[in-house]
Amino acid sequence: MASKFKQALNSGKFVVTTEVGPAKGTNMDAMLHHIDLLKDVVDAINVTDNQSSVMRFPSVGGCMLVKQKGAEPILQMTCRDRNRMALQADLLYANYMGIENVLCLTGDAIPVGDHKEAKSVFDLDSVQLLKTVRTLESGKDLGGNDLDGVPSYCAGAIVTPEANPIEPQLVKFEKKVNEGAEFFQTQAIYDLDNFKKFMKHARKYDTKILAGIVLLSSAGMARYMTKNIPGIFVPQDLIDEMAGAPKGQALKTGIEIAGRLIGELKKEAICDGVHIMAIGKEEVVPDILAAAGM
Amino acid sequence: MKSITKQKTLEEIGQLLDGLNSVFIAGCGTCATMTHTGGIEEVAAMKLSLQELGKTVTGTTVIPAACDDMTQETIKKYEDAIGSADAMLIMSCAMGVHRVSLYHKKAVIPALDTLFIGLEDNYGEFHEVCAQCGQCVLGETGGICPVTACHKGLVNGPCGGTNDGKCEVDKNRDCAWTLIHNKLAEQKRLDLMYKYQPPKNYQVTPKPKVTKIT
Repeated sequence: MASKFKQALNSGKFVVTTEVGPAKGTNMDAMLHHIDLLKDVVDAINVTDNQSSVMRFPSVGGCMLVKQKGAEPILQMTCRDRNRMALQADLLYANYMGIENVLCLTGDAIPVGDHKEAKSVFDLDSVQLLKTVRTLESGKDLGGNDLDGVPSYCAGAIVTPEANPIEPQLVKFEKKVNEGAEFFQTQAIYDLDNFKKFMKHARKYDTKILAGIVLLSSAGMARYMTKNIPGIFVPQDLIDEMAGAPKGQALKTGIEIAGRLIGELKKEAICDGVHIMAIGKEEVVPDILAAAGM
Repeated sequence: MKSITKQKTLEEIGQLLDGLNSVFIAGCGTCATMTHTGGIEEVAAMKLSLQELGKTVTGTTVIPAACDDMTQETIKKYEDAIGSADAMLIMSCAMGVHRVSLYHKKAVIPALDTLFIGLEDNYGEFHEVCAQCGQCVLGETGGICPVTACHKGLVNGPCGGTNDGKCEVDKNRDCAWTLIHNKLAEQKRLDLMYKYQPPKNYQVTPKPKVTKIT
C-alpha cells in the first residue's frame, strides 16, 4: 500500500510538509515538542540529515521518533556521509521500520559545516540515489544481487527554481524525474512570477511540486539569505516589508508573508503543495497555515 | 603533468628530523623546481634553516627528476655525503621521495606535501585537472572534468549549492557544471548532459593501483 504521504500527493489536495532537525546530542525534547505541534497540521514531516554538514542525531532516528508520535516521516538522505553500501543498508532499515518516504539529496559540502576536516563521500549523487531506491524496489541491490524481502518507497528530490543560471538545474531536474522522483520540495521561493515560470516548465513532467517556504524572521535574515544562500532570492519589496515591521513584530510580519505566499500558491493552484521550513521557529508553523487560511 | 607540492612547516620538518642530527638534502629539478618548493634556491634556503636548527648538513643536490630511475645514479654519486648523514631530507613530491627510498637504506624524510597533479595557469598558479579516476568522462563533459573541478565530484549535473556560476565552497571558484553546461551548449552537444551517468567504479584497479602494459 502507498505511504500516507504518497496517498496525499495522489489525492489532488494541496499538500503541506514541514521539517524538523534532530539535536546535536541526545536531548530530543525540542524535536519531540515540535513533532507534537506539527503532526496534526501537516501531511508529512521531513527529518534533516546532518543539515548544513553539521553532525547531529541521525535522520533515520529522527524519523523513528516521528513514527512513534503517529506522524508521517520523510527521510532526508544525503550522499555526503555514506557510501552506496551504507545508503542501501539504511534504506532497507528505514523501510522495515515503516519509514516509506525518502528525499534524495546530494548534501551540503563538508567545508561549510562543523567537521571541516572530514572526508566527503559522494560515492553516489542525488540522481544515482534515486535510481538506487528504484533498484532496491526491483528486488536487486546495486551489486546486482537478489534481495530477501523487497522494499517500496515514495521517493523525491529537490530543485532550486531561483538558481542562477537556471538551465543546468533544469537538466538535473529532468534527470531526477527520469530516475523516479515522484515529488520535489523546492528551495525557498519568494517571487511568485519567477516561480510560475519554473512551474510552466515543471508541469511538462509527471511529478509533484511542493514549493519551499522559508519563514523570514527579520529583514537582516532576508538580506543575509539573499546575499549568502545559493538559490535564495528575497525580492526588495519583501525585505522592505520586513524592515517596516513595528519593533518586535518582525516575526509576525514574516508569518504573514509566508501565509500570503502559501495562500496565493493554493488559490491559483500554481503547484501541488508547500514545504515549510521554519528554521528554528517550528512552533509557528500552525500560525503560518492559519495566515494562509488553512 | 606536474606534481604540485607545498613545503611542510619548519616546525614539522624539525619534528620529523628529531634525533637525526646530520642531514643530506636533495631537491628536484622538475616539478618541485617549477613550484618553487624544491629547486636550487629552496634547497639552499633549507640548508640554512636546518643549520639554524643545529643540524649538520653533509651535502645537497638537486636531482634532475627525482621520480625517474636515473635518480639511482645521483644517489651513487653522493654516497659519501649521504653515508655520513643520519637521514636524507627530500624536497620533491612523494613520487621522488619514494624513488629515493628505493635506492638507499638511510631514513628518507619528505620536506614537502604532495597536493595534486595539475597544470600551471599563470606564473605560480596551479589547478588540479585529473584525479586519475580510471574512467575518463571528458568526452561527455566538454573537456572539463567534473570529478576534479566539482568540489563534490558530481557526474550528473550541479548541486543546489551553485550560485551565479560559482561554487558554495568558494565564491571565487567556478561551478564546474555551469562551465560544462555552457561548453556543451556552445558545442551543440547539450544532450550529453541529460544522459544518466552511473555510479563510478572505484575499483577500476584496486588500491594500491598497479598496471602492466602488455
